[in-house]
Amino acid sequence: MAFSLGFHIVFSCIGMVMPFFMCTAHYLWLKRKKAVYLDVTKAWSKGVAIFFATGAVSGTVLSFELGLLWPKFMEHAGPIFGMPFSLEGTAFFIEAIALGFYLYGWNRFHPWFHWFTGVIVGISGLLSGILVVAANAWMNSPAGFDFIGGQYLNIDPMKAMFNEAWFSQALHMCVAAFVSTGFAVAGVHALMILKGQNVQFHRKAFQIAAIFSTVAACLQPISGDISAKDVAHRQPAKLAAMEAHFHTEKGAGLIIGGIPDTATQTVKYALKIPKALSFMATGDFNGEVKGLDSIPKEDHPPVAVVHYAFQIMVGLGMAMLGIAVVYFIALLKKRTWYESKWMLKLFVLATPMGFLALEAGWTVTEVGRQPWIIYGVMRTASAVTPMPGIAYSFYLFTAVYISLAIIVSLLLFRQIKMVDKLYDSSTDKNTK
Amino acid sequence: MVYVVIIFLWTAILLYILLGGADFGAGIIELFTSRANRPRMRKKMYEAIGPVWEANHMWLIIVIVILFVGFPKIYTTVSIYLHIPLVCMLMGIIARGTAFVFRNYDAVKDDMQKVYTPIFVISSVITPFFLGIIAASAVSGQIDLQAQSFVSAYILSWLSWFSLSVGLFTVTICAYLATIFIIGEAENESDRQLFTRKARRTIFIVMAAGGLVFLAAHAEGIPLLHWIFSDVPGIIGIILATISLVITFVLLNRNKPVMLRLLAGFQVTMILFAATYSHFPDIILLKGGDNLSLLTHQGQFKTMETLGYALLIGSIFILPALVYLIYSFQQKKGSKGVH
Repeated sequence: MAFSLGFHIVFSCIGMVMPFFMCTAHYLWLKRKKAVYLDVTKAWSKGVAIFFATGAVSGTVLSFELGLLWPKFMEHAGPIFGMPFSLEGTAFFIEAIALGFYLYGWNRFHPWFHWFTGVIVGISGLLSGILVVAANAWMNSPAGFDFIGGQYLNIDPMKAMFNEAWFSQALHMCVAAFVSTGFAVAGVHALMILKGQNVQFHRKAFQIAAIFSTVAACLQPISGDISAKDVAHRQPAKLAAMEAHFHTEKGAGLIIGGIPDTATQTVKYALKIPKALSFMATGDFNGEVKGLDSIPKEDHPPVAVVHYAFQIMVGLGMAMLGIAVVYFIALLKKRTWYESKWMLKLFVLATPMGFLALEAGWTVTEVGRQPWIIYGVMRTASAVTPMPGIAYSFYLFTAVYISLAIIVSLLLFRQIKMVDKLYDSSTDKNTK
Repeated sequence: MVYVVIIFLWTAILLYILLGGADFGAGIIELFTSRANRPRMRKKMYEAIGPVWEANHMWLIIVIVILFVGFPKIYTTVSIYLHIPLVCMLMGIIARGTAFVFRNYDAVKDDMQKVYTPIFVISSVITPFFLGIIAASAVSGQIDLQAQSFVSAYILSWLSWFSLSVGLFTVTICAYLATIFIIGEAENESDRQLFTRKARRTIFIVMAAGGLVFLAAHAEGIPLLHWIFSDVPGIIGIILATISLVITFVLLNRNKPVMLRLLAGFQVTMILFAATYSHFPDIILLKGGDNLSLLTHQGQFKTMETLGYALLIGSIFILPALVYLIYSFQQKKGSKGVH
């Protein structure tokens, strides 16, 4: 399940963000009437279609998988946190309809109406992303019901949807989607520029993606901070695991790297910044941060996994922030930099970073919630289906998602290979 | 409010059978088309279903969401005991979706087409087949909550002649919908004749498969005849479906594509109506005579309330847009002077 979601998260992020890139290119085409923008738009719209279709398929599968693998969870949680799912269904449906208009609507509608349907694709995609994350946030921050004597009473779906965590999680996720997709797209186009193929085409594409991704990369630390404070407040166990913070203390230090050892409750070889953790989690250098010792042992998440994942996420985030800053300096001051080879190489290097960070972040939030599936209410182990041999279904779904990923990569690779023939109308006119 | 939710549930199932069914059918009749005619069949099919294709899965997702939000007990029972056919159906959906994407968005046109066309075609058969199995198993008292062994709980819950025959019937219905649908897309006389021939043959196959369902039901002691003919609305539904099938058959020779589509849609609606009416509000019949009812197993009041409003509001946004989508693509074709 986690595996399917891990893939779905990539599909859906790209599916959420690509339409915005596509619409930007489309907008520039409508405004400036330069053919290259139209080429970029059309190429990207193919990408959107591919990701939408696979995203739709993997989303359909997921909605079944929830019940197939976690029936006990869904039986109780479904009526409570189903609200965002039903709205998400609506948003996704609108996206599908708008995409139908967009993909098949070239030269059929008024150009701006056509463009507008593309914008709808983007907005409704983003909206469905937010809604799904709100459902996940509910698992971290259950709300909208009273749990009395093993029964779920007084259900209020609206309260469940607007639970405490929804905003910080949705914000973090949306920005992350822009960062990761932006860097991935920019990286691919940068590579093609470096290879000297269809430079004009790829340069325009690169510019659009790079702007989106770098702006988002600068915003991400802010939303990360909001998330950190929220987690510290609601899920002290998760924060403690992220930071491998074993002992409750005031003025807690921030641990960077290191190998956490749960047996001795120490972290070896780590860099420690005094009082920084307290400041991050509470806004006060001397604030108290709960350690794992304040939480019963059986409720501990796997510390090492969460800690490493968190370090990876933050590290990659910082790296991308660095690239973003350099890029901005280049844009503002040193015009010679931003077209230079090393800059492009930097972006090529950063291609997978966003998605690695995304997966790491997903690991933090999901593994960090363990052993709970609904935080503080239901344990993961008691949610799984009673059917024997369920492991085979797990394997099967895993295999399916791996093949989906391979197929999509193959398709994209073939799209990029054909840019020359299909999309770049400037090859003959331009001597670049 | 629970009735609003149930109406949406029923409508979503119907639309999935109609629109998704025509979509599956496209793949199915490709399988039964001679090699020489295949390319033009495929081309027409793609033109016809392309713009709407993206929306079809949504009906299924809506069904699932309504079930797990509003009727969680029913949803979980189905997902536990019909795990295997559900997984098979999902595999079909995945394989089909990806193959479709490949066929239409692959930039390089080469031998890869030979790989994914069969995948598309085969999964087009598998998916509705298991869909039919699931539906049949849910209503025919095969699920045994007291089952002790793996086989009786997770295999015999769906493996029966009745379920298999309904699966087959569903496949033929899909093929039928697709053949009727594609007649309207024909742009010249020879295409039209090809498609009409296909449609006529499919009608016979549908009737044969329908007969098979009754035989299987009889053999396994499932009172299907009693269910359908025990009340007046059910009988009326079946009679109307039969009459319109006859009209369809007659109209096939005349050039009335829109009328044909409406009639085919009407038949399927009536069949679904007759099949579900006598059970209502029960949706799952268990072994031993127990039922899971939509009314007694609904969610708590507030859940149903919000779900109902969410669906109503959603449909205000969705339906006009969807109708406009279908309308404008039909319209544009017409204005090019094709028909």
